[in-house]
Parts: sequence; C-alpha cells; structure tokens
Amino acid sequence: MTAGPSDGPLCFCRDCLDDLSFTAPRCSACGSPRLVRHRTLPALALAHIDCDAFYATVEKRDNPALADKPVIVGGGRRGVVLAACYTARTYGVHSAMPMFKALALCPFATVVPPDMAKYVRVGREVRTTMQALTPLVEPLSIDEAFLDLSGTRRVHGMIPAKVLAKFATDVERELGITVSVGLSCNKFLAKIASDLDKPRGFTALDQDEACIMLADKPVSFMFGVGPATQERLSERGFRTIGDLQRANEMEMMKQFPAEGRQLWRLARGIDDRRVIADRGAKTISSETTFESNIRDFATLERFLWRLSEKVSSRLKASELAGSTITLKLKTADFRQRTRSQSIPVSTQLAVKIFAMCREMLTKEIDGTAFRLMGIGVSALRAESQANVADMLDLRSAHAERAMDDLRKKFGSAAVIRGLAYEGPEKPRQQ
Amino acid sequence: MKVTVERAQLLKSLSHVHRVVERRNTIPILGNVLVRAETAKLSLKATDLDLEVTETLVAETGTGGSTTVPAHMFYDIVRKLPDGAQIVLEGDGDRSVLTIRAGRSRFTLQTLPENDFPDLAAGDMTHAFSLAAADLKRLIDRTQFAISTEETRYYLNGIYLHGAGSAKSATLRGVATDGHRLAQLDLALPKGAEGMPGVIIPRKTVGEVQRLIEDSEAEIGIELSQGKIRFTIGHVVLTSKLIDGTFPDYGRVIPQNNDKELVVDKKDFEAAVDRVSTISSERGRAVKLALSAGKLVLSVTNPDSGSATEELEVEYASDALDIGFNSRYLLDIAAQIEGEAAVLKLADPGSPTLVQDRDSKGALYVLMPMRV
Repeated sequence: MTAGPSDGPLCFCRDCLDDLSFTAPRCSACGSPRLVRHRTLPALALAHIDCDAFYATVEKRDNPALADKPVIVGGGRRGVVLAACYTARTYGVHSAMPMFKALALCPFATVVPPDMAKYVRVGREVRTTMQALTPLVEPLSIDEAFLDLSGTRRVHGMIPAKVLAKFATDVERELGITVSVGLSCNKFLAKIASDLDKPRGFTALDQDEACIMLADKPVSFMFGVGPATQERLSERGFRTIGDLQRANEMEMMKQFPAEGRQLWRLARGIDDRRVIADRGAKTISSETTFESNIRDFATLERFLWRLSEKVSSRLKASELAGSTITLKLKTADFRQRTRSQSIPVSTQLAVKIFAMCREMLTKEIDGTAFRLMGIGVSALRAESQANVADMLDLRSAHAERAMDDLRKKFGSAAVIRGLAYEGPEKPRQQ
Repeated sequence: MKVTVERAQLLKSLSHVHRVVERRNTIPILGNVLVRAETAKLSLKATDLDLEVTETLVAETGTGGSTTVPAHMFYDIVRKLPDGAQIVLEGDGDRSVLTIRAGRSRFTLQTLPENDFPDLAAGDMTHAFSLAAADLKRLIDRTQFAISTEETRYYLNGIYLHGAGSAKSATLRGVATDGHRLAQLDLALPKGAEGMPGVIIPRKTVGEVQRLIEDSEAEIGIELSQGKIRFTIGHVVLTSKLIDGTFPDYGRVIPQNNDKELVVDKKDFEAAVDRVSTISSERGRAVKLALSAGKLVLSVTNPDSGSATEELEVEYASDALDIGFNSRYLLDIAAQIEGEAAVLKLADPGSPTLVQDRDSKGALYVLMPMRV
C-alpha cells in the first residue's frame, strides 16, 4: 500500500523528527517543545525559506564575541542598515534605516561593515543545500528562496514538512546560521508563513487559515499592491483584504480589468504562480551612495567610470552582455531619476557602458546635487551571442581585454584608466 | 490676407510640410506652419529648428499677407474637407485668427505672429549641383539602413556625403555605418560638386528627402555649405542643418585583400537566411555560414527552441570556412542587392566581410562577423 499525499503525521518534533500525537505538548522522545503541528501537514509542499537577519547572523557566527551584542551591518556616514540582528531589533532598529537613526536608537550597537563576498559565499552554500532537496528552487535574493517539494516524498522517505525541518537543523549545525521556514500550498502563503514565526521559525499555513488571517490586513499586504493600487482600491471601498474576500469575482474583474481577478484570488489565498528554478539574472547593476552630495560633472564622471568597470566585470564573470543601459540618480531630496538607452548590439565592455551613461549623465547635470548614482545593464544574453565587434573602434575593445588580462594576472590595481587615476599618494606640490 | 486654393493641392503640400513639425513641442511657434500669400501663390513653411520645409503652390490671391497656424490641426481640417473643395483662407490681423472656409464649413484658428516664426538662416551656399531623383533615391535607399541610432556617436547618425574617387573617375559618395556594418554608394560626381566639403546629413532629413522624391524622372537641386544643405524637389525646398562632427576614416575598415570569394543567388540567399533565422527568437542571433567547395550551409542554433539548417548551391572554390553573422544584419544587406547575385569576399571568421552586387556597380557593403 502506498501512502496518499494526505496520509502522514500531523505533528512531529523539529529536533528529532519523531512523529507525535496531534495534541502532544512536547516531544515524547527528546523533550523538545519545538513541534510542527497542522491538520493538513502532509499535503503542504511549497515552502519559503528565509535566513534570519542574514548578514548579521553571518557576522556573529564568524565572531563569537558579538554573539550577545546588538550587531548592525552597514556602513559609511551616509550608509543605511543592511541588516540588524534580533538583539538590535529590540531597540527598534530595522534594515534600510539610515545609520544615524539606527545609532540614535541603539548607540552601543556594534557596526560591522558589510563583506558582500562572504555573504554571497554563505548564501551559495545555503542554496546548494536547498538544491539537494529539490531541483525546483527559486531564489528571491541572496538569503531567501521558494522551494517546491511536491512529489519528493518517496525520494526523501518523509513528508515535505519533515524534509524542511531537517534542512533547517542541518543548516544551523553545518553553516551556523538560522533560517525560518514557511510551508503552505502556494508562494504567496508560504512567504506569509515564513514571516510569522521569525527567527528560527517553522510555520505551516493552509488556505482556510490564511483567509481568516488575511481578512483584517490592509490590501497593501498583498504583493503587487503599491500606493497607487491601494488608492484606487480604497476609492471603491476596498481597504482590508477582507473587503476583497467579500467581493464578487466578476465584479472585481469589471472594476479592475487589469488586476481584479488576481487581487480577488490573492485575497482568498489563491496563487498559482509556479516555482521556477534559476530564472537567471535579468539585470546586472551597481550603485553607490556618495559620502557627500555631488553636483559637479567631473566628480560624477569618475564614479561613473568605477561603476561601469564594476558592472562590466560582473557581466564578464557571468559571460553575459546586455543591450539596455540604465543610469539611476538620486537627488539630495531623494527624488529618483532613471534614464535608459538601448543599443542594437549587446555589450559587456566598460568603455561602451561608460560612454552611454556619460551621454545620459550630461543631460542631467543642471546644478542638482546627487546623493546616489547607479548603473544597470539589462536585456541580457549570452556573451557568445553578442560579439559583433565594432569595426570603427576595435582598439578600445582590445585595450579593455588587455587590461582585464593584466588584472587577472597582477590584481585589480595593476592597471588603472587615466580617468579613474587620482594621482600619487602624496598631494602634489603646486 | 485672403487666398483661395484647391483642396487637393493644399492637402498634398501640407502633408509634406506638417511631418517636420514635432508632435510634442515646448515652443508653441514650432507647432505652427507659416502660411504666406503672395501674388498668385501660397507658400507653406514648417521647421523643427534643424530642418525646414517650404512648399509653394498655385493660388488665387486676393490680398497678400502671412500668419502661422497649428500645423497638425490645419492639416487635419484640410484632410477632412470634401474632395474637390475650394478652400478660402482669410486672415484677420487685428483678431489674430485665420478663417478657413470651404462650402458650408467654416473654421477659425488662432494664430501666432509671423515675426516669431524662426528662420533657419541658411546663409550662403558654397556649392550647387543637381542630381537625377532616381540617383539620389538610390543613394539614400542603399545606405540608410546602416545609419547608427546611437547618440554617443552622433557623427554616425547620418549619411556622409562627399567627393571621392580619383581625378579621372571622381564620384559623389554616400556612406553610412554603425560600426557593425557599413554601406557605401558611388554616383558620378555631378558638375558643381567638385571640391565640396564632406557633409553628414542627419537621419531625419534623409528620411524626409526620401519621402519627398515622388517623381524619379525629376532633377533635384542640391546646394550646400559647411553647415547646411538645401534640396529643391519640385515645389518643395528642404533646408537642413548638417551634423557638426567628423565622420571617421571609414576607408580603413573596408577590406582590400579578402581572397575567398562566394557568389550567391540573391533571392535564394535572402530567403534561406530569413527561413533559418526564424529559429532565433530574439533579433540578432548568429547565422552560421559553413562554406565548402560549391556549397553553403546556413544554420541557426537556439538553445531555447531548436535549430535550423539549409543548404545552398553556390559558387565557391576556396578553402572551407565557417563564419557567423548577425541574422538581422545579413538580411538587411541581402535586401540591398539590386541584381541577381551577391558577391561576398571573405578573409577569416574574425575579419570584416565585403559584400557587393555582381551586376550593379557603385554599391558596396561591409559586415562584421560574430563568433559562432
């Protein structure tokens, strides 16, 4: 007799994975109070996994002296909080908060400058562990992903919930970081679930529970509902998700032709987006927030070159080229300007990216002070499909490849373009 | 001002000049067309400050005068008036309006003063010559596709028109390139063009001139100076600024010693390239050309959808060679071939390929390969 998808334990221990009776207060085998309990547990197979305060957790792992201290990862005078550990969060610090504000709330926090390369490495290790569970892993960012575990029960010899519980303890033991798991029947609910019991949490959520839980949340709680949609919804009297649940599907489609059906379905916890494994990068970008605002072209130009080189080297590393180049600027009063341009032949060359951004930048120089600048390359494709060389300017491409080769051999400081060269160490005598 | 004009004539002229007017204008007067009535004629003029088109047509003038009215609205009104109507334009200087009457229809348009209408101030032209309309049209048709759209190299955003060739066989040459392909067309140097400066004619101007050439039998007058060019096409005079830049030394990218010669039937080749490139979902995927004695195999591989192969019988006697081209670019060039056969002169998979028309002289194309 084979087990149907809905057969299986409704309650088990997260630490020793022993099956328990539905009403057990603690694990009868190991005594752990960390139990997973749900009426439809064996049927749930779609998970959202989110690392807890990822950057901060990694820093604490690597420096045990920080373990019981509030830690904030971020940097620079003008920087923002990239991650705050749970101790720091008790003071009201949260990510994306300006650093000065965070330090006002929690003056004795330890501020650690970010080490992106390290986080990327750890993030990859986590992802590799996920990929051992199912090929359907859709990363959302460096530290979170959706996993579809449908049909993996025979392979693993246990229900998806147990696989995930085991994954969480494995990651904790082997990589030294904690994760929170949300398990449900679709992406939308899984993502909600993972957030319910952070950190080190495990929440199973089915559609009926979700409907009840969502009812009194504002419509903006659903993904895809930004301020504009929220405004339009509230004009028609839809303020909470409950309002949408009570609406008629046809009426919703009439009133909001573009998204009515989707909104109605999401409100009821219905979401049929599939988990798509590794959709690949859509954009490769880099940005920088200046230490102090810049309004002058020559200074911006130097930053622009560095960004172009950074984006270009990432394109080269992933063997990609793109044909849409976007320049992003944020003014001192936080207004964002984005300008983009497309070229018929994709490129990965820093000189080309720079030339196009420079062109766009010249049009934005009007005395405005800028606090941030970024560039992005999109419409990506494999490099091998993008190398129609420029007959009129073969030399600059050759020069750039030669520079790349030199850097590979002697390090990134081996050769610098005149544009980015800031003079010898000592200030020159007039 | 009072002038009577036939609807068909007015419509045709307006259709020529109103195109120059940009739909969105921050300067109101640039959205207007200048209407000027003189003895027995009416002239219309529109400009975008880079390009100016003036057309003169026969009219019955009561009182002379001039004014400006919104170009697109004026055009739409005339377009909607019944065929064969006689249109009376009457200006009232005091109320700054223009009345348009035809049959029982009557429109009143607000005007802007004629004095505010910008003049391109062409200045003195240093060279004047004329070209057969068919020749000028051919020069544009054959090179236009290669004009670059990239603003970073603004000096490539047009056709470079200049004198070339030797003293014995001097030519008037048009060249356009975007760095990935190049098109060049030579015409016999017309009288008066000797010693003319090399000029870069902007893309928009090129497009307008191309549309204005309706009668290929006609002669087109061209006048130019360092900064401006003027085309006289029938009753239309088009004056344009030129691109102020230096066109690159394109001669050095035209291969001279490509020794592998491939001759293909234009129609077969074009159709085959078109067929195999169906497989490439996005534009610009590579078509691989595998050459061996007497045989050409075209293929496209798209990892997302599949592959396509087609074999063609060709004239080819050199060593076997594999070379790849952007399918879009290859199609663009194949479309330029006027005769029955195209001659491709190749060197190696990394160097520019020269494409020529076997039966028709004066045109040549260069195409940069892709790595496949």
